[in-house]
Formats: sequence, C-alpha cells, structure tokens
Amino acid sequence: MKKDILICGVGGQGTVLASKLIAAAAMEEGNVVHSAETIGMAQRGGSVTSHVRIGEAYSPLIPKGKCDMLISFEPAEAVRNLSYLKKDGLVIVNATPVKPTTESLHETGYDGRKMIAYLKEKCNVLVVDSEQLCAQFGSNKYLNVLLLGVAAGSGALGISTEAIQKEIEARVPEKFVENNRLAFESGYAYANQQA
Amino acid sequence: MKKEYMMGNGAIALGALAAGVNFVAGYPGTPSSEIIETVAKYPREGLHIEWSVNEKAAMEVAASAAYSGARSLVTMKQVGLNVASDPLMSLAYVGVKGGMVVVSADDPGPISSQTEQDTRRFAEFARIPVFDPVSPEEAFVMIQEAFAYSEKYHTPVLFRPTTRICHAYANIDVPETFTGHEFEGFIKDSKKWVIFPRLSFANHAMIEKRNVEIGNDFSKSAYNEVSVASADCKQAVFTGGVSYAYVKEALMEHPEVKLCRIGTPYPFPEQFVLEALQGVEEVIVLEELSPYIEEKLLMLCGRHQLPVKINGKLTGHVPASGENSYESAQQILGEFLGLPLVDAAINTTDAPQLPVRPLVLCAGCPHRASFYAVKQAMKGKQSYFCGDIGCYTLGNAMPLDMCDTCLCMGAGVTMAQGFHWTDPRMEGAAFAFIGDSTFFASGITGVVNAVYNEADIVVCVLDNSTTAMTGHQPHPGTGRNMMGDIVEKVSIEAILKGIGLDFVKTVDPLDLQAAVVTVQEAAAKKGVKAIIFKSPCIAIAKSVKKADISGACIRCQKCIREIGCPAIVKIDSKVTIDRNLCTGCGLCGQICPVGAITVNE
Repeated sequence: MKKDILICGVGGQGTVLASKLIAAAAMEEGNVVHSAETIGMAQRGGSVTSHVRIGEAYSPLIPKGKCDMLISFEPAEAVRNLSYLKKDGLVIVNATPVKPTTESLHETGYDGRKMIAYLKEKCNVLVVDSEQLCAQFGSNKYLNVLLLGVAAGSGALGISTEAIQKEIEARVPEKFVENNRLAFESGYAYANQQA
Repeated sequence: MKKEYMMGNGAIALGALAAGVNFVAGYPGTPSSEIIETVAKYPREGLHIEWSVNEKAAMEVAASAAYSGARSLVTMKQVGLNVASDPLMSLAYVGVKGGMVVVSADDPGPISSQTEQDTRRFAEFARIPVFDPVSPEEAFVMIQEAFAYSEKYHTPVLFRPTTRICHAYANIDVPETFTGHEFEGFIKDSKKWVIFPRLSFANHAMIEKRNVEIGNDFSKSAYNEVSVASADCKQAVFTGGVSYAYVKEALMEHPEVKLCRIGTPYPFPEQFVLEALQGVEEVIVLEELSPYIEEKLLMLCGRHQLPVKINGKLTGHVPASGENSYESAQQILGEFLGLPLVDAAINTTDAPQLPVRPLVLCAGCPHRASFYAVKQAMKGKQSYFCGDIGCYTLGNAMPLDMCDTCLCMGAGVTMAQGFHWTDPRMEGAAFAFIGDSTFFASGITGVVNAVYNEADIVVCVLDNSTTAMTGHQPHPGTGRNMMGDIVEKVSIEAILKGIGLDFVKTVDPLDLQAAVVTVQEAAAKKGVKAIIFKSPCIAIAKSVKKADISGACIRCQKCIREIGCPAIVKIDSKVTIDRNLCTGCGLCGQICPVGAITVNE
C-alpha cells in the first residue's frame, strides 16, 4: 500500500497519539511506515503536524499535492495544510475552532465557519461536529481517537478497523481503553451516516 | 532481531547500544533530548547514563571514560556544542582510546534554536571527523561505524543529525540484547594525557597527516555515493543529510541525473569527489545551514584546476538560510536541470486569512504568575527584564511582554548586570529570569560575578521542578537522576546563600499578593537579591481544579488584557473558561476586580 496521511491541529490536542496509532496499525499489517512530528517549542499553543507515510518514501515530510488524507483537529489548520492534499484527496475536519490567545486581545472574529466553507469549495471534505460527539465523555480528551474512527469509517484510510482497535488497546492506559473504544466507534458510525 | 518503530533519536540511541556503548552523558536540548532517554530504557550492568549539569560537564565526564577505553556517547543540541567546545577542542589534540561519539543535533529553520550554526564547520574547526545521516534507519547503522572510526583513529568524532532526522520515525531492526564493549581501564601516561604546548605541537602535525588518511578512507565509504558512475553527465547534483532524501524523492522519475551524496563531510572525501566530477561541467549543491560542501567543491576544483561551475547558496541558487524541503528541492532542481518537476497542488492562494498562533505559556503555567507579579511590582518604574533559555522565554508574548533580552543559556543573569552598570534611565531594577535547570547549567557563575563586582540585580529563579521545554528531564534540584533513582537534592536556595546573598526568598507565584510584596522588597534593596518562584510545571502537577466565572462578571476583560491565559476565551463577548485547558491556578481570580472567578475542585 502507498498512502500519505497528514494529521494537523494545535499543540495539546493529541495529534501525536493519533499518528502513532495509524503508524502502528499500518505496520502491524506489514507496511513500511515513516512519520514525522512537530516537537519542542513549536508545541506550545502553536500549529502542529504529523506526517505519516505508508509505503516506500524518502522525504520524512509528505510532498505538497501528494497527501491522500488530511485529518485536521481544527478548521483553520486544515486550510493551513491544504496545499499538501492531492486533488482527489479527502479532508476530515473537526468543526470546533481553537481560538488563538491573541484572538481575545485583538478580535478578528475567527470562529472556523469561513474555513469550513472554504474547504467545502475546494475539496472532498467530511466535517465532524466533535462537540456533539464528545459530549458523552464530558471533555474533548478523546477527540483524537474519535477522528481516527471517522477516518476509518470513511473507508479511505486503508487500514483495518481491527488493527487500529488492537493498537488502541495496546497503547492507551487500561482505564481509558473503554472510552477510547466508544470514541472510535462513534466516529466510525458518524462517517458511515455521512456517506 | 526485532522491529522497532523508532524516532531518529531512538535509532541513534539503539545504534550506540549496538556498538556496545559503556558511558552516556548529555544535556537536554531540542532536537537531541530523546537519545539519552531511549538509552535509559535499556539499563545494563556497567552502563553509566547521566544527564550532566551542562554540555561541558557531559563532554568531560565522557572524555575520561574514553581515556579508559570505554565507548562513550555524548549528546547535545548544536548550541550545546558551543558550551562544550572548550573540552572538545583540546580533546581533539589529546585523542581518545575507546570510541567516543559526540552527537550534536543541528536545527535548520531554525525550529527550536537560537542559531542556524553548522556542526560540519565545527568538525573542520576542531579537525575531527563528522558523520551526516540521511534517515533514522541509516543513523542506526552509521553511529556504529562512527564508534569504529573513532577507535581506529583514536579521535573523538562528531555525529550530526538534523531536526527532521531526529524527529522522524521509522522501522528499525534492532538486536534483542546488547552487550557492552570490553575495555581495560585507564593506563597512566602523562606524556599522552596531559595537554602541554609540546604535545599540542606534535599532535597538531600528526592530526593533519592523519586527516588526509581519513579523507582517503572516507572516499571508499558507502556513505559517499554517486548514482550514475559514468562520465557522460555534464551536470551533477551534490547534497547531504536530509536534503538527500528530498532530492531523491524529487528525482524519483529521473534516475539519469547524476546525484552525489556526501555522508562524511569532514575530512572531505576528495578522491571520491574528483572521480564523481569526471565529465561534469556544472554542479548544484543542495545543503542546509552553511555552504560547506559548496565551498569544499570550490576549493577542490580550484586546486585541481577543474573547469566546473559550482552553484548553490553562494550563487543565490539555494536560499542562504532556513531548511530545505521536497518542494524547494523540486523547484531548484527543476530550474537547474530544465526538468518539469513541479506537482499540481490545490491552489490555496485565495484562502481566508488564517489565525496566527503565537507560542504562549500553557494555561496555568506558574511562570505567567511570576512574570505578572514582577510586572505589577515594578509598574511605572523603568526596569529591565533579562530572559533566558527555556519555556519562560515565552514571557515575551503579549500581554505579559516581560522578556526584554534573551541571548543564550545563563546570559540573563549576567546581562542584567550590564544594564545595571550602563543604563542611565533605570528607576526600578535590573531583573534576571532563569529557570531551575538553566540555573544549574550556567546561572551560578553569573551570580558569583554579580556578587564579586557588586552589581545591583534581582535574580528570579523560576523553579518549576523540571526541565520543561525539552520534555521534563530531571536536574540536580529535582532529587531524581536520569535513571529515576532518588538522589540528594541540590538546593538552589542554599547555593545562593552560599555565594553570599543576604536576600534569598522563596515564594509561591500563584499567591499573587505575597509575590508582589516580595518583588518590591527585593527591588528596594541594594546588592544581589534572589527570589525563587517555586511552583511545579502544570504538565507534572496534573491539577484537576478548574476556575469558574459567575454571573457577577462585569465583562471588563481585565483577566484577558492582563495575563493572556489561553484558557480564558471570549464567546460572543462573554468571558468564559475553557475547561479543557484550565488547571485552576487561580491567577485570574486574584486579579478579577469583582471576585467573579472562583476555583473549584
């Protein structure tokens, strides 16, 4: 299999775990996998990305215009990384915006809606109302696994649901496994409803 | 063998373990920190692993291990090599017995660093070999070879990955178990191990002769490779490090292009390059940081009077600063080779304006409270705020705006003294902000300097009980070492008192009033004063408390305007707390004029 998946969001949203789960599951299925993360200073409230490259590849980062699936934890971050997407690629985007701290100081009215509208105009996009889907957990702690569920449910991820669920069980502390499983399943079901 | 999905830094660590490394030391610094952390996951009898107090200490403890014949690994980021350069320059003259590899991770961009310096230059400066890996997979194998070279030529060697390799993940085949390299111990010989001018003179001559030999050896190395061996190509692409990966990907459909990769930049593999240049009339060099390969080619072509045109950074074909990418390689090579390489991407030039995400201190970070207390205490009095290296450099962000200078590790303490002596407009005081780990690494001598020279400064130690920015490594003040053992805590307060400071007070920055009073008290006194703002990093403390805003809120937005906490957000002009981010530090509650914010479990 050859697949390039870009995961993006804002530092602290849990993008790294999502990329690790995808990478591990793809590897479990016998693929060569490379990935690259934003680490260090850039993590503090900044834009973060994880590039996951399944199949033979040289560059640690996905070339622009070659990404098969963009999983964005935030509307503006999807637009920021859109140039990586190939023309018939899929964007999975969480509709809930993360406002920069400066937004409260200098209002620009950023609420994510313009970003979502722009994405719809430009590419195939699956918008996820995470606020509603995460309400059952009382926090957005499971957003990453929820979006992973949406990615799997979209049918475009190319990795089996079983392989991902196995990795969730292996990598998540035991007391959180059940909620992660629920989050994955609700994301999966959501993608199926949208199809 | 088993497969491991490893970060580049992990691959470097496992490579060192596979080489039988006996001694590992370093100081945290992005992008190098995970190397030591990975080694520590494979403890073994006879393997010493430590976070040293700084890079100079790391280099020196490892040097004596290498004198004993042990294989030693030292890790740091590129600016750390500046700190360790004193021992390294001399060590290059003295040499080693056991293999000694110094990993200095470069950071093109720069992404998390002060400089875009180039460790290849340092290798040439110190006259020691350097290895330049292109991927995590290669780094695993290459570092093993670096140990072998070090031992063969009795010299420390540099190994320089860059951020994109340190932080890239790949599958690595690793051995099930690791065994240590066997060594005999230190054999006393003062003619060999004591550096004197006479020894330096003799060894300098020896080193220059030896480096020619190493260059010849490197010319046969598989890390220097040419894709098309024939002399038919009139054009050639030279590259190294991660740029090689970008170039390979960009030229995937064009195996006819002559591509030369330099994996051992110093001593330069001249024989290999001369052969690769046969028939070539024009070259483009794609490399990051400095035009190292480019200059080496110019020198080589000059010496051999080869009619080759060399293009690169010096001719403006490649940007002088910043990192390379697949896209830049594609564009530069497309133009140079006259090939249509550019892919069709979605045009996003018409995208709506994107929100800017400046880096900020985390919600609940105690540093925010410390900065705010000093700001409040010195309101209306011209004061200077010298910052330092760590999370707290982010104290410069608006609305705090409490970092006037930041230069290098430990410089805040000394720079505050310079302002004290020279600035005629000082009404308040000269402040130095320094983190706990940075204080141990390079703050102490600056405080001694201030006492000795009778400067008036206030040293603010922001003690969050960890090395936060680089990933929460322990340090001498935490009472834990690299291996997680409980060790004697080194007390910052006792150090400061020991240096002779009369005014050393510890306050909780989250108690705003007490903190402000302490700062005012310190600023009013003559001499060197110190305040230790002690409160743990929120990533360690894991508080479950949350702030709540009641209906009493008058929407004055003082909390937003004054402290810039990312957990305070406005939704339709209503001030609210983002409960996903809030840690209940309570700073906002202490500045709310109507007491509308409370903290609850």
